[in-house]
Amino acid sequence: MSGQILLEGLLAGAMIGLGAVGLTLTYSILRFANFAHGELVSWGAYLSLSLSLAIGAVSGASLAPLDPFSVSAALILAVLLAMACTALLALLVDRLLFARLRRRGATAIIVVMASFGASMALRSLLEFLYTSKPAYYSRELQIAMPLPGGIRATPDQLLLIGLAFVAVIAVHLLLTRTDLGRAMRAVSENPALAGVVGIDTAKIVRAVWIIGGALACTAGTMSGLLVQIRPYMGFDLLLPLFAAVILGGIGSVPGAMLGGLIVGLCEALAVQTIGAEWRAAVAFAVITVVLVLRPTGLFGRAT
Amino acid sequence: MSLELLAYCAFFLTVALTYAVIVLGLNVQWGQTGLFNVGVAGFVAVGAYASALLTSPPVEGRLGGFELPIVIGWLGAFVASGVLSALIGWMTIRLRADYLAISTFGIAVTIQLAVLNLEGVTGGPFGISLIPRPFGELAGQSLAFSLANLALLVAVVFGLYLMLQHLARSPWGRVLRAIREDEVAAEALGKSPRRFRIEAFALGGAIMGLGGAAQAHFIGFIAPENYLPMLTFQVWAMLIVGGSGNNRGAILGALLVWALWAASSAVVEALAPAGEQARAASLQTVIIGVALCAILLFRPQGLLPEPGSARRRLPFLHRWRGTPAATTGSERT
Repeated sequence: MSGQILLEGLLAGAMIGLGAVGLTLTYSILRFANFAHGELVSWGAYLSLSLSLAIGAVSGASLAPLDPFSVSAALILAVLLAMACTALLALLVDRLLFARLRRRGATAIIVVMASFGASMALRSLLEFLYTSKPAYYSRELQIAMPLPGGIRATPDQLLLIGLAFVAVIAVHLLLTRTDLGRAMRAVSENPALAGVVGIDTAKIVRAVWIIGGALACTAGTMSGLLVQIRPYMGFDLLLPLFAAVILGGIGSVPGAMLGGLIVGLCEALAVQTIGAEWRAAVAFAVITVVLVLRPTGLFGRAT
Repeated sequence: MSLELLAYCAFFLTVALTYAVIVLGLNVQWGQTGLFNVGVAGFVAVGAYASALLTSPPVEGRLGGFELPIVIGWLGAFVASGVLSALIGWMTIRLRADYLAISTFGIAVTIQLAVLNLEGVTGGPFGISLIPRPFGELAGQSLAFSLANLALLVAVVFGLYLMLQHLARSPWGRVLRAIREDEVAAEALGKSPRRFRIEAFALGGAIMGLGGAAQAHFIGFIAPENYLPMLTFQVWAMLIVGGSGNNRGAILGALLVWALWAASSAVVEALAPAGEQARAASLQTVIIGVALCAILLFRPQGLLPEPGSARRRLPFLHRWRGTPAATTGSERT
């Protein structure tokens, strides 16, 4: 495998991993496969775009890129705000839809179906608001710098890989070293027992949506920076996200990240060897292999 | 004028009935058995392409084009989709319930990609045209042609309905419902839940393939963009609106949702300015998505509830709170 494929794979993998971490948390704690998670990714990307334009319009000069990156000061501020807004959106959808179904005691599969409906509605709403024409954060062209090993990478790409790892380590520390994280893992393992020892399940559910929404927004903005912003970007990412979650083992944050990297690398490899038009099928191939060989994934517990 | 209207009504009903076939297939999977298929479009596509390849005239540089009779094509569609469903079912049905949802979603994405890219088999983005239409010799007289096709589809849907009603009341159908309601009890009585589920999934998939073939032959042309996730979504909306578990509900849902869909498309076309058509159409999808969620929230049984089972709607069997997944029946699969 050449270094360039490795870099492309790492980039795609970091993006998939970020989205998959949020998805694996909702999966293990709320106990359903959320088909609307991809929409949080797209909404995050568009919220970053709108907020950065708004901030730029208000403050004037802050839209200029920060050398050597194509990212402007306005965009950095916008991403932070957009993370909060995406988290709010996730909380809103939960309140309007999923929380009601949970209260009624709906089976997991009814909730999955509701998430499918929500995904369709959220995606089409983006299409309505922004049209299906692709959008960009910046029209700046970046020159790829040569790196050792014959690899070429733009400064943006290196920045994003670094950021993704910081984000994942932060979430990992949150889950393993804080009371909130311990409570989350307790609810994921046994909600009844967690309730008995006095853990506030509603609070944990909120925390899950906030973390998931914020990470999805990060993934969406990354993808928008590297490629483009489209209403379907999150939906197209959904299958790789599920592949990463299943490969890593449902509920495992390091697993989701590693799964994301593996799926990303497989995609990059397939693009080089088979052809870019088959990229979208790679995730399904990964899912098939995992389900046949090791359905619990790399770090999953048998259920 | 009234003749034209009649021809249009026949056309509309025929398309709606091709959807009814697909919804009946989904009802076998979801309504009777509780298997969640998010890849309906993929199974429909397999049926449509299988039948088109078997029956269409040969084309330079493309596989297929055997010009076989339409009946053989429909049979091929039934078998192709059924075999594919059995494979998917075999792979995932022993696992958690939602793995099936993810796998079917994946297979639909992959099938869409395959029909788009395998130009030598499927015609790629250009699709397959000149698919023979039933009663094609009547094509000159549009009214007779429409009515003959309508009669054919009515016969197909009615036949399917009778068969599925019979199956639901048969020992096989009873075992399926028993497994859906209480898997452990059914297993204790010596029934293999996995085998019955795979059979039901394969049968449902085969019927969807048949529906895809019927649609392809009625329109006479297929292309990859007919089989986007939107189709899956429409079919689900039809089943949920009509009432899952009820075959009459499935047919009613198909007619009703298709009518609403066609009417709202007409409104969009009439009201939205020329440049904003695509935008207005996406608003239409938003409304349908919200409506689907609202039905799940407020009337999960649909218009026609499942016959003879008020029990099914009792607080959905497993409460999320207080029941660890590992100890409930249905989540162990």
